[in-house]
Amino acid sequence: MTVETTARPVLMKGNEAMAEAAIQAGCDAYFGYPITPQAELLEWMARRMPELGRAFVQAESELGAINMALGAAATGARVLVSSSSPGISLMAEAMSYMAGSELPMVLINVMRGGPGLGSIAPSQSDYFQATKGHGHGDYRVPVLAPSSIAEAVDLVAEAFAMAERYRTPVMILADGVMGQAMEPVVPIYRMPPREPAGWELTGADGRPPRILRSLHLQPEDLEAHNQKLQAKYAVISEREVRWAGERLEDAEIVVVAYGTAARVARTAIERAREAGLRAGIFRPITLWPFPSRDLAALAPRLRAIVVVELSAGQMVEDVRLAVEGRTPVFFHGRTGGMVPTPAEVVAVMERARDATSAAASDTAVLR
Amino acid sequence: MTTLAPDTRRLIYERPELLTDRSSHYCPGCGHGIIHRLVAELLTEMHLGPTTIGVASVGCSVFAYDYLDIDFVESPHGRAPAVATGVRRVRPDAFVFTYQGDGDLAAIGTAEIVHAAARGERISVIFVNNGIYGMTGGQMAPTTLLGQRTTSSPAGREANLAGYPIPITEMLALLPGVSYAARGSIADPSAIGRTKKMLRRAFDIQLAGGGMSIVEILSTCPVGWGMTAPEAMEHVSKEVVLTYPLGVMVDRMKDSPTSKDKDEA
Repeated sequence: MTVETTARPVLMKGNEAMAEAAIQAGCDAYFGYPITPQAELLEWMARRMPELGRAFVQAESELGAINMALGAAATGARVLVSSSSPGISLMAEAMSYMAGSELPMVLINVMRGGPGLGSIAPSQSDYFQATKGHGHGDYRVPVLAPSSIAEAVDLVAEAFAMAERYRTPVMILADGVMGQAMEPVVPIYRMPPREPAGWELTGADGRPPRILRSLHLQPEDLEAHNQKLQAKYAVISEREVRWAGERLEDAEIVVVAYGTAARVARTAIERAREAGLRAGIFRPITLWPFPSRDLAALAPRLRAIVVVELSAGQMVEDVRLAVEGRTPVFFHGRTGGMVPTPAEVVAVMERARDATSAAASDTAVLR
Repeated sequence: MTTLAPDTRRLIYERPELLTDRSSHYCPGCGHGIIHRLVAELLTEMHLGPTTIGVASVGCSVFAYDYLDIDFVESPHGRAPAVATGVRRVRPDAFVFTYQGDGDLAAIGTAEIVHAAARGERISVIFVNNGIYGMTGGQMAPTTLLGQRTTSSPAGREANLAGYPIPITEMLALLPGVSYAARGSIADPSAIGRTKKMLRRAFDIQLAGGGMSIVEILSTCPVGWGMTAPEAMEHVSKEVVLTYPLGVMVDRMKDSPTSKDKDEA
């Protein structure tokens, strides 16, 4: 259900747009802790949630914030938490508990440079953390990566819908550019319908008590619980894969990039085409589940794939797993808050083309 | 023809409605059974079952949800006051309590309990202090007495190596967000009766709209302490109370009435 549209574009900062999108999606409670570069999200919620009579708490730490979210989610509330990289590390514990207890929540990670305190500049160096597990245990969390502020607005609503549909935390993986940039958006807000949950804690009034837990001391019980979780993840992998392609029809070299890196790549492929190189872009929107099958289907007709990230090379591993050596994979990444330029990406595409020409194909350096 | 004498029997002891009818996993002489019973009695007497959401913490007592017949959410270690905060903020009409041990509340969860108290969260905290990590095999806790031998203080707790026992309830009582703070014990029947009154007061204060109410309960771990059950009870009433004196530390809602015990009603 679309609850609000404005005909005229408005200038919105990414953090604030995502916050308002959550409010319009029916978010009942927000819990946060200040950290750059997502502080505006907390500030927006601090102003808006109380005026709407909804829950807002600035917690004592990221541990506090996400455990408040755990408690609120256990009652069936629609809950948002946001942070940035170091804070997400602290939240990893409760992510594991919430996955194990099957509690829905949306978590926005506006990534900054690491490791450690790193920097406050944009980065994509938490791809491993987001997609391969934050905390302990065999669990997965859907990860959605917006590449524009308008898309971030849409994905916030989608994340709430997905979280409730599958009883799981869902992560929006943005970066400092997505959080801090302002761009004109025609905000199309959506409020996912509320389905009766049937598991939420309301007090055992006229029904048997409900227990929400991740503890299953008997190995047989825990294995059965894990099998149930894995079956759920298989359904998500089957149904929820999202990606977007541009100029793929005749492409010989395709850039695989998400989020801010995809913005750079879009400029780069246009420049490459002006220089006579048939370039396209494959942009994963769900990082987990990763669009492996669609990328594998595309790969055999490409001369090369170039992966661009704001990291030392993380998503590139999933790309290599997807194409299984059928297509040469090149990588270009910048770290620490540095953003690759279109010229750098074009140069790597040209190198990929040259290295995969008939004469050079046997000795191509793949990285 | 036989004449039946009038039936003058009176039921004076029964399983409270909200205590489940199942065998306990707790060790012989452990205090959790008594404390679970007190909580179940009060929830039953105060008709709180239909509105209660309990927050279970990590340690032996995580299985409180198996014995109390109410809605329960399990919290990560130490985070129960934050989890309870989340429940409270979206369920203003619920009765919300945490059930935490001393390792959980006074070590790994100090930030969460202190800040929930500072915010004056309208929750009740049942803090069971047996001075040891029971579930993991009897290691030293921040509440362990000086000189006490545990598996991680084999020579006895020494202040110069491991610091001093932490009187966290006294610390919390300083905060204006804490409406009620008290310490009871389960070492003998009269102490159990006084502890039940403290818990009732704590629950009443939540229902009256007060801030955090916390009752620390000195309990036993005969296995972890290397004592028999009677020795452990005697140890609490003779030794532990010297470090952790019993009584009400603060009641900031003195004008608010306390509900009647069922025997007084």
